[in-house]
Amino acid sequence: MKVKQALEQKPLNNKRKLNLNVQSYTLIIALIAIALIFSFLTNGEFLSPRNLSNLFNQMAVISVLSIGMTLIIVAGHIDLSVGSLAGLTGGIAAILQVWHGWGTIPVILIALLTGALLGLWQGWWVAYRMVPAFIVTLGGQLIFRGILIGISQGRTIAPLEPSFRFIANSYLPFSLGYLLACLGILIMFVVTWRSRVRRNSLNLQLHSPFVDYGKIALYAVFTLFITFMLNLYYGVPLPMLIVVLLGTFFIFIANQTAFGRYIYAIGGNKEAAALSGINMKRNTLSVFVVMGTLAGLAGVMLTSRLNAATVSAGDMYELDAIAACVIGGASLTGGKGKIVGAIIGALIMASIDNGMSMMNLQTFWQYIVKGLILIVAVWIDIANKHKA
Amino acid sequence: MSEFALQMKEITKEFPGVKALDRVSFSVKKGEIHALCGENGAGKSTLMKILSGVYPSGSFTGEIIINGQVVDFKDIKASQEAGVAIIYQELALVPEMTVAENIFLSSDLMRKPVIDWAILYAKAKYWLDQIGLAIDPQMRLGDLTVGKQQLIEIAKALTKKADLLILDEPTAALTESDVEVLIRLLKELKHKGVTCIYISHKLGEVMELADTVTVLRDGQTVSTDPINQLTERKIVTKMVGRELTDFFPYQKHAIGAEVMRVEHYHFRHISGEMLVKQASFTLNKGEILGVAGLMGSGRTELFTSLFGGYPGMASGRVIIDGCELKIKGPAEAIAAGLAYLSEDRKKYGLILNMEISKNATLAALNKVMSGGLIDRALELQKAETLTNKMKLKAHNLEAHVGQLSGGNQQKVVLSKWLFTEPKILILDEPTRGIDVGAKYEIYKIINELASQGVAIVIISSELPEVLGMSDRILVMSEREVTGHLLRSEASQEKIMQYATARRR
Ligand SMILES: Nc1ncnc2c1ncn2[C@@H]1O[C@H](COP(=O)(O)OP(=O)(O)OP(=O)(O)O)[C@@H](O)[C@H]1O
Ligand SMILES: [Mg+2]
Repeated sequence: MKVKQALEQKPLNNKRKLNLNVQSYTLIIALIAIALIFSFLTNGEFLSPRNLSNLFNQMAVISVLSIGMTLIIVAGHIDLSVGSLAGLTGGIAAILQVWHGWGTIPVILIALLTGALLGLWQGWWVAYRMVPAFIVTLGGQLIFRGILIGISQGRTIAPLEPSFRFIANSYLPFSLGYLLACLGILIMFVVTWRSRVRRNSLNLQLHSPFVDYGKIALYAVFTLFITFMLNLYYGVPLPMLIVVLLGTFFIFIANQTAFGRYIYAIGGNKEAAALSGINMKRNTLSVFVVMGTLAGLAGVMLTSRLNAATVSAGDMYELDAIAACVIGGASLTGGKGKIVGAIIGALIMASIDNGMSMMNLQTFWQYIVKGLILIVAVWIDIANKHKA
Repeated sequence: MSEFALQMKEITKEFPGVKALDRVSFSVKKGEIHALCGENGAGKSTLMKILSGVYPSGSFTGEIIINGQVVDFKDIKASQEAGVAIIYQELALVPEMTVAENIFLSSDLMRKPVIDWAILYAKAKYWLDQIGLAIDPQMRLGDLTVGKQQLIEIAKALTKKADLLILDEPTAALTESDVEVLIRLLKELKHKGVTCIYISHKLGEVMELADTVTVLRDGQTVSTDPINQLTERKIVTKMVGRELTDFFPYQKHAIGAEVMRVEHYHFRHISGEMLVKQASFTLNKGEILGVAGLMGSGRTELFTSLFGGYPGMASGRVIIDGCELKIKGPAEAIAAGLAYLSEDRKKYGLILNMEISKNATLAALNKVMSGGLIDRALELQKAETLTNKMKLKAHNLEAHVGQLSGGNQQKVVLSKWLFTEPKILILDEPTRGIDVGAKYEIYKIINELASQGVAIVIISSELPEVLGMSDRILVMSEREVTGHLLRSEASQEKIMQYATARRR
């Protein structure tokens, strides 16, 4: 009898199905669509090696911020101060170098440290004093901007030394670009292979090898293609390498460490996380320190790219970073969000800026279109959820 | 007109990877109380969500006929207008609002440009009287216990003047006396001509209340019978597809040395409220200690505070394994060998939008880490071992917990705590919302753990469960421990006597 059989079956059918993650596919489709539309409207200029190189340079600062912002949003918080913080740390770096003649390396370290400490300070208010992050970081936004204006006396600080400018204005030699691309592909392959061996040894179900290795092959083709395109110009921009390395590192942190897991748990359900023995305060504090440090790095990259520090540097960057995360599928209620998504989100935002300015549209259009895209992105996410 | 208030024909509903309902047919006569029974994950809630428009027409196949007319619900509102009111297994209330606001949340009274609060409170009072709850309608809902909140949910549905009332496990969180109130209420409503669909795993209630019983199994209709042709045993057999002999598999087991001693324990919440007034008890290795008491008697508060779950001040002594401990938070409690399964799994137990496997390992993540990193493959394997033991019904451990049926969610929380390998396992309403077959499995696991030397505390509002499983019973009333009973001397009457000690 059919029912009888059903009952005798192993109750848990843990077959690994191809995980059709709607969100990440919509994102990639959206990105491709945007790229195609712009290259059509600009007679292919949008996808030219020179412009791709520009695009990746432009998106770098927001990407670095959105990596940290993803963690903040996943933990159920928000950080409105990152734009000001990047401006401030970039300003401090410029002041130390231009006015006091400090070397590039100590200057970078001080900028990162300042970011970390101010992140710690904000995290303390949120985690230990229970002040909502929205308020703390809104305060931080004003305070940091105020400090920047104060210490820079409202002046633009320039120029920086060549070694400092190098950070955001240099390119990898062609051969190094290819070498790193191949290394990356090799690492992906080894990681997949080892995970398959491990799953197999523990008797867990596996995807078919075609799916797993097929994905790698796809990534490989894509990586090599982008490297090739960029090498037709000056090569892979250093800021892009920084984003890729940081992204990989934080994806790893998010997925493979207890800290990463706990952030998702805290953002998903505070009470349940606390009763599971997770240290809420320490983990919350840590997220803000990480965010602060990344804002410090973003500040350095920003000052380096502009070869100057200004009082308005980084203004409104927090909103771009938050938008990138949300377009990438993060939920402002916490517990949900992906770093890859945020980086793709940042790329989408940068593409819109870039594509529209190539079309010689006035800047006000960029605001309007970006705003609309943000709303539509979240709506698509919600609509997808309801269908399920 | 037809004799049926509702007919659902050939309903099929698929989720990605799961066929939750497979050509289910279900008919309810006018004015009857129709019980819907089935194991966890059988598809009961899904069927009711289809009926109430949560899953809109088009997302399933089949036909719904209400009072002889084919209907097509696009959303919940459409079903409400057709007279269908549903009370979900999961509460749908706003804790920050007052009781009155919650009762009339979706009614016209709250939609006026200017709300007439006097009328609102007066009407709320009327409905509170109807459900036999003597509380102030201006109270904040979140300050009520889960049980009372459930009653508010019922009042809310009653106000909608529904002629088809659906209750999905309304009594899972209620004490016996609250259940009696509800049953009386439902019988009254029946005389007024309200048709009612009643989902419950408590077959005693089903036998008392229902006129007809439909049993679902694995997404298919097994049978529909009038109550006079059924017994509890027959329903169980239909539900699980085999005979179940023994409801409480109590085994006599060796009781070892003392593991926990609590002396003159008091706990004052940071808000100033005295949560536990006077508690002393001991707990031995391999012993099952039942904790009984009415709702609000302080059972949950006693053990949550011992576990470090509340901010506040404790006094008295807590000795675990011979060492006096001052537990400041759940992390320390877990390290001391305690595990606490909360009575409210959604709020305190699960991260709903996280994978099943990740929920299962959350309280003991270090067990699936190597070299400071999470070993995902090992994690999946451990989670699979745990959940297989629980007979969890899930098609994929990488799916989100929120997609599981209520009972299966409970099994995930239980897995989480078992994974910490506790010395002392505190279970607050462990079988709430769990079907008879799975209950039996859980009791067996409890027995097995006890025989391995784990000390177990079962807090339960179901007296038969406390009586059936415990070696010793602790009774609480008004936030104090009022009685200790040995298995041999315990009876329902004695427990009730102690449980109401301070109220007389
Ligand atoms: N949103 C969803 N996505 C995927 N699967 C789902 C979803 N909701 C329910 N299911 C699956 O459908 C099946 C039926 O679930 P349902 O909630 O109807 O069970 P139930 O009979 O109410 O069980 P319980 O007594 O435990 O509440 C289960 O296998 C469940 O995992
Ligand atoms: Mg259900």
